[in-house]
Amino acid sequence: MDVMPKWAEVILVPLISLLLAAILSALVILAIGEDPIAAVKLMVTGALGSTYGWGYTLYYATNFMFTGLAVSIAFHARLFNIGGEGQAALGGLGVALACLYIPWPHWSLALVGAACAGALFGAAWAAIPAWLQAKRGSHIVITTIMFNFIAASLLNYVLVNLLRPQGSMDPATARFPETVHLPTLHDMLAPLGIEFSRSAPANVSLLVAVAACIFLWFLIWRTRLGYEIRSFGNSESAAKYAGMPPVKIIMVTMMISGGLAGMMAINNVMGEAERLVLNSVEGAGFIGIAVALMGRSHPLGVFVAAILFGFLYQGGAELALWTSIPRELIVVIQALVILFTGALDNMVRMPLERVFLTLRARRAPKPERKEV
Amino acid sequence: MTTAPAIELKGISKAFGPVQANKDISIRVMPGTIHGIIGENGAGKSTLMSILYGFYKADKGEIFIKGNRTQIPDSQAAIAAGIGMVFQHFKLVENFTVLENIILGAEDGRWLKPSIAKARRSLLELADDYGLSVEPDALIQDIGVGMQQRVEILKALYRQADILILDEPTGVLTPAEADQLFRILGRLRAEGKTIILITHKLREIMDITDTVSVMRRGEMTATVKTAQTSPAELAELMVGRKVLLRVDKTPATPGEVILDVQDLRVRDDKGVERLKGVSLQVRAGEVLGIAGVAGNGQSELLEVLGGYAEGTGTITVNGQPLHLSGKNADGQSRRAHGIAHVPEDRQREGLIMEFAAWENVAFGYHHDARYQSGILMNNTAIRSDTEGKMARFDVRPPDPQLAAKNFSGGNQQKIVLAREIERDPDLLLIGQPTRGVDIGAIEFIHQQIIALRDKGKAVLLVSVELDEIMALSDRIAVMFDGNIMGERLPNETDEKELGLLMAGITQ
Amino acid sequence: MDMYLTLIQLLDSTVRLATPLLLACLAGLYSERAGIFDIGLEGKMLAAAFFSAAIAAMTGNVWIGLLAGIGASMTLSAIHGVASITFRGNQLISGVAINFLAAGLTVLIAQAWFQQGGRTPSLMGNGRFEGITLPFAEAMQNVPFIGPLYYELISGHSILVYIAFAAVPFTWWLLFRTRFGLRLRAVGENPAAVDTAGVSVVGLRFAAVGICGILCGIAGAYLSTALQAGFVKDMSAGRGFIALAALIFAKWRPWHALYATLLFGLFGALETRPDIIEQLIGIKVQGQLLAALPYVMTVIILAGFVGKAIPPRAGGAPYVKER
Repeated sequence: MDVMPKWAEVILVPLISLLLAAILSALVILAIGEDPIAAVKLMVTGALGSTYGWGYTLYYATNFMFTGLAVSIAFHARLFNIGGEGQAALGGLGVALACLYIPWPHWSLALVGAACAGALFGAAWAAIPAWLQAKRGSHIVITTIMFNFIAASLLNYVLVNLLRPQGSMDPATARFPETVHLPTLHDMLAPLGIEFSRSAPANVSLLVAVAACIFLWFLIWRTRLGYEIRSFGNSESAAKYAGMPPVKIIMVTMMISGGLAGMMAINNVMGEAERLVLNSVEGAGFIGIAVALMGRSHPLGVFVAAILFGFLYQGGAELALWTSIPRELIVVIQALVILFTGALDNMVRMPLERVFLTLRARRAPKPERKEV
Repeated sequence: MTTAPAIELKGISKAFGPVQANKDISIRVMPGTIHGIIGENGAGKSTLMSILYGFYKADKGEIFIKGNRTQIPDSQAAIAAGIGMVFQHFKLVENFTVLENIILGAEDGRWLKPSIAKARRSLLELADDYGLSVEPDALIQDIGVGMQQRVEILKALYRQADILILDEPTGVLTPAEADQLFRILGRLRAEGKTIILITHKLREIMDITDTVSVMRRGEMTATVKTAQTSPAELAELMVGRKVLLRVDKTPATPGEVILDVQDLRVRDDKGVERLKGVSLQVRAGEVLGIAGVAGNGQSELLEVLGGYAEGTGTITVNGQPLHLSGKNADGQSRRAHGIAHVPEDRQREGLIMEFAAWENVAFGYHHDARYQSGILMNNTAIRSDTEGKMARFDVRPPDPQLAAKNFSGGNQQKIVLAREIERDPDLLLIGQPTRGVDIGAIEFIHQQIIALRDKGKAVLLVSVELDEIMALSDRIAVMFDGNIMGERLPNETDEKELGLLMAGITQ
Repeated sequence: MDMYLTLIQLLDSTVRLATPLLLACLAGLYSERAGIFDIGLEGKMLAAAFFSAAIAAMTGNVWIGLLAGIGASMTLSAIHGVASITFRGNQLISGVAINFLAAGLTVLIAQAWFQQGGRTPSLMGNGRFEGITLPFAEAMQNVPFIGPLYYELISGHSILVYIAFAAVPFTWWLLFRTRFGLRLRAVGENPAAVDTAGVSVVGLRFAAVGICGILCGIAGAYLSTALQAGFVKDMSAGRGFIALAALIFAKWRPWHALYATLLFGLFGALETRPDIIEQLIGIKVQGQLLAALPYVMTVIILAGFVGKAIPPRAGGAPYVKER
């Protein structure tokens, strides 16, 4: 029986959770001797006050959109994919191989090819834990955590021993050829007469990410596959009754999830670094979890949450530059968001439910008889 | 001086939000008696017992144990007051031994070895005194249901319970095991123990209780001496009006064989054989009712026919063979064969509780061409189909957007029924059609089943309610231990004969 | 003889590397046996590592540091417990959050207190746990075979190592020979059975989570005050996850946890001495392979290719009384 109206469940609960996370973050800033208001002001100007700031904010947001969508689609099937970090790393490998070894005539073709390669590698990396869960019952959380570490070792080996150019000491690939250079927001907006910072890394992958959000919305709520995924995520026994094959649903969902995480590489590996370096993902896979939780696994929510986290990231970098607050503050904020929206949501929900119950009781003094 | 009642409740009330589960309940249970509490699903019996056992705190009212006013804030207090409870779903640790389960929470001191030794001795004494034979060192997961229940009773006795509450104890027992249980209860009564028996089975009440209280919609409607009442009177007290245990229907005119099952065998995931070579047939225009105590293979039969369990044997529907394993043994191919299925557990299988009613109407039929437009699903079409179904099946409230969990049990069942029946299937499988459904909806659902049969369809009905089987079926097959024990015509048999078959006793 | 000495050194290294794994693994054992999944072992170790080093540096006394480390770990345990038990939240998400919280807060506070870029000052003297020389070790040093075995391998470890090893039989005894252990195991298999027997499910689970906090605290303190001399950013370096892997590998049993963590400790030791492998089997094994080996082995276990790894039945799900 629904105690709260739907809007309270979807908006009020996460909003209050975020508020709690924000208040605690402010307390942390105070505790280390800084001024939270000044910190927020600095973050806002640093992240949103200039096209340079926006460029970085949107660049990070693009990463988080991909990883957030990845975690989201898996959540709809009630699968907790913590392996986004490893899947994005493998995606980077795919993108690097596509960019280095295929002679693309134009960046648009390279983009498509690299996106496919990245998605393929990411999907493949997610497929093994998926298969183990579907066929052998191995808990996908544990296996994806393990695969994150295995991916790190694998990438390390590949970069140091296989892809490192002769004579270079850096565990990284060679630079990608000029033809696969992706246009940045500056390049895209200049012909329209809009001034945009030249040095900000936000690029055309942002549009791909937004397209992915829209595509995922259709997939989840308008297609039969999405219907099956949601059914399975709600009740595996019911899905079996309805003839929905669990193995197929788990595999397809995780491969889409891994593919989305892998596609992130067109932004950081192809769009920004233009070569594959060690630890190119830099925690974006984990932030995807926070983004998915905050956005309630809905593509629109993920879009908004990704931008918010992009803002936090760039704002955090500015803070680290101008104050003695290290970048790790962002990690703390991220942790608090995950904690309050993901694990402590009942702490907000239970008192709210009581409030709604008393409101209801006051409006209808005679207790209704529920028809059984 | 009159003896104080073992238990007396005065004015107990308990509400969960808007739902008043117990309203001003007063009852007296005398020591050394077996007192039955009877009522339909949702009458409030379990809530009352949960209050007695300390799970819930009553909003109002008082509890008196042996004449003394007692507070029962938690299970520990209940145990201290001498109350022991045997739950419907056993509270046992599967990979512990019988002894470990019995001493859990009642260990004698901090170290286990002496506790277990002491318990072993006590156990043997109790087993002798009351005829409760168990294997002390067997793991719970390795022993049968009957023995597991005895372990539960021993748990209570080990803690020196004077008052035993049993909640629907015979749900998973054969009639023979149930008789054994009642013999044990008789011995306990002779030793001065007080027993409260919660059940919805009129037969048990008449057979073994001394007094019976009837609950209806959260209230205690009557308390009578069993010897001075009758099943008909109790049934009427339970529902408040004369209950129609018969359904109006014309005789069946069965046509050709629609469903033909030959030598169906099913093993569960532990390798135990659940169906041991079942053969049956259902014709067009007839209802075949499968009677039997839950757990004798009926669920497995439905699951194989429904496509989500594997087996060996031959099954044909309209002459077409069904795949019993491998890729095409799934719900979708079953539906393609013209089979519709109203599952036994609508909340875990038949519906997605979080989905709206309209989303549930497409459940299992989401590939239907009428529900698509291009590669996307046509939600508008599904919603208008839902409105029509809700009108035709009198679903209340008729709101397609409402989530399934917000409908009452009867209306949830009507949604499932509407979905399956309006598929115009050749064969309808239906399990426990009226479990958790209120009286008004029960009549409607029974009428729908007969209407489908009258249209010339085949219906396979599985139910643990013998009354329902006898009222609806044109032929009855009784299942016991994975076998069909026999087939009877409803007007040529009675509940006694069927009960014997259900217990595995063939003449 | 040369080979023997090298072997002894290797095993010595193994013991020192296995100790934090063993402590964290046992910590996880208590928690998961009671039905609370804990993937936040990493975060608790990290927090303990920082606070024990920080307080040891500030007070000059490593024992007070140890207490501080345990306190930090137990605080995070308390958060996990409240989220999982009181508020019936998702235990996996809570674990992930705690890992991030520790990773972020340790550097933040380290910077605020010490301004050394997220690390503590190096610990010296009473600020760290030194090796303990067991009786007669020095005298026996030159006895062939037994001498080096006793002197190098068995003697000379810090006290936390001996505590860790002693914790194994103690854990076995606590879980399988006491009333508390019976109830703890029961609550992870069927909490309803415990509840209806009149024992507090919440109390048992919080106790388990508390013990987990203590053991993780010792594990973390060991990292920064015994294995190394001070805290550096992210120094737990995935050990919490290797401990989790070892726990699954050990199928939640105490003695098997010892074997599993020793095995994984051996891998860690070999990673720093690749020459030994080359000597033994003649193939050059890449460091990355050794680093990945514990995780690969755990996946193989989880895939059920080496017997089924069945976790406690009620694990991961909050306990709600049946209505």
